[in-house]
Amino acid sequence: MIAMHFLQASVGWIRGLIAGQLGLAADALWVDLAIWLISALVILGVVQVGMLYATWLERKFLGRIQDRLGPNRVGIFGLLQPFADMVKMLTKEDITPAQAHRGVFNLGAILVVPPAIVVFAVVPVGIGLIATDLSVGFLFFISVASTAIIPIFMAGWGSRNKFAIIGAMRAVAQIVSYEIPQVLSVVGVLLLAGTLSTQGLTLAQGNGGAGDAIGYPGLWFVLIQPIAFVIFLLATTAEIERTPFDIPEAESEIIAGYHTEYSGLKFGLFQLSQYFMTIASAAMASILFFGGWLAPLPFLQRIGPLDLGWFWMGAKTIFFVLVFMWFRGTWPRLRSDQLMGFAWKVLVPLSLANLLMTGLIGYVTQSSTNLSGQPLLILLFFAVANALLLMATLWLIGWWRKNSERPRIRFEQAAAGELPPAEVAA
Amino acid sequence: MSDNWGFIALFSLIALTVPIIGLLAAWLLRPHRPGPIKQTTYECGLETVGDTWLQFKVQYYLYALIFVLFDVETVFLYPWAVAYNKLGILALVEMFIFLAILAVGLAYAWRKGALEWV
Repeated sequence: MIAMHFLQASVGWIRGLIAGQLGLAADALWVDLAIWLISALVILGVVQVGMLYATWLERKFLGRIQDRLGPNRVGIFGLLQPFADMVKMLTKEDITPAQAHRGVFNLGAILVVPPAIVVFAVVPVGIGLIATDLSVGFLFFISVASTAIIPIFMAGWGSRNKFAIIGAMRAVAQIVSYEIPQVLSVVGVLLLAGTLSTQGLTLAQGNGGAGDAIGYPGLWFVLIQPIAFVIFLLATTAEIERTPFDIPEAESEIIAGYHTEYSGLKFGLFQLSQYFMTIASAAMASILFFGGWLAPLPFLQRIGPLDLGWFWMGAKTIFFVLVFMWFRGTWPRLRSDQLMGFAWKVLVPLSLANLLMTGLIGYVTQSSTNLSGQPLLILLFFAVANALLLMATLWLIGWWRKNSERPRIRFEQAAAGELPPAEVAA
Repeated sequence: MSDNWGFIALFSLIALTVPIIGLLAAWLLRPHRPGPIKQTTYECGLETVGDTWLQFKVQYYLYALIFVLFDVETVFLYPWAVAYNKLGILALVEMFIFLAILAVGLAYAWRKGALEWV
């Protein structure tokens, strides 16, 4: 609580300082605007640096996975590599194909970046340390993040290249399909937390609700919603189109998918947006399931008056970014039909079942006074329910698959020569 | 809890300036020497045959339909999940019925082969 007062006092002090500089009252609109501008620029700076070093980290980490050293020439440990890359991107010639629709082509590259930055407005790094604590924070995150498919489709369409349009169509189908398990798996968490605000979701994982929660970690949602966590992590990997779900830009099949025709900084903007989204998704995974800025142990939350929320949030985010890179380093790419099948035939039924289970167990644990306030019992309850659910759903999916899916008729027909060759190729 | 949509508006504008400033900087720095060969559509070295803006495969529409169905479902699920503690057993049962109908719909689409990517 002391830390909280300290922080509120310092926010008030900053307000007073800005108001003094501008010669206005402390509650004037201009002071609000100035504070918004400062926080926007701070977020932008942090995210920008984070993005630059995410590229460095990815190359270094993948290098180690593949028994290489990774970049090590520019600066010590290759630490200046991102800046060298940036200079290269800026000075490369920009080629627009003569066939392309110039306006849509350029607009696609510009519009793909803002959604990936705006989502950071709802990422909290401590009590009061959030740009804007929207009451619909998580919904805002999901909806803004999914608008990124429009510029992606614009890029593919505007390029007027067959590889690009195939990539764009795959991207839309994939992002749209994996959005369902992503949002459905989180409903269980929202139900237990009773809020959509990202700050509220973090505090719900502390002990005792908002206000008192600081520094007393309770149950992180990953412990009581492990299945939802796995679904969310996989669906998120697909949403940000990272390996093994990077079919829209599978270089072995369709060159680079929707950004085949882009060069120079316009290509760089797609990479930029993807790294921003990777960091944002890593942050969201840690907020929803790993307690956000809460420390794993109470005494680690702060040193004296200094709240370490930003440190824990950063550490967890980097951890998840590394998990995404680890996926990329170790898993082969899925095939297109396997990819769509995995979303609709495994993840969606599983997340529906998880929702039913959470609703039921949540009702039992919350309505009985014996259970509320007994984290270990709740944990046990959920562990048993999760295990049962996983087995039952997987069995049900297998059973339904065996009974309902027709054998691969088309392949058999194609093998028997019953389909015209054009259709076989498609 | 303060819903600062004003901040979101400002932040969106600032976010939009990021790619624009970048592209302006690149425009000043980069060489500009277009050529007819350079500007051909990137393919295997030959001219592209046929139009690129073709009709879509029907499979995309089938997935889009199922997607819309489930996306609307989540619109109903989110308020329910947030107000879950205050609603009691009746809302839980109602939501189970709602989910059961959707699950049957998914199973039907599955059986009909709408989920097959062919």
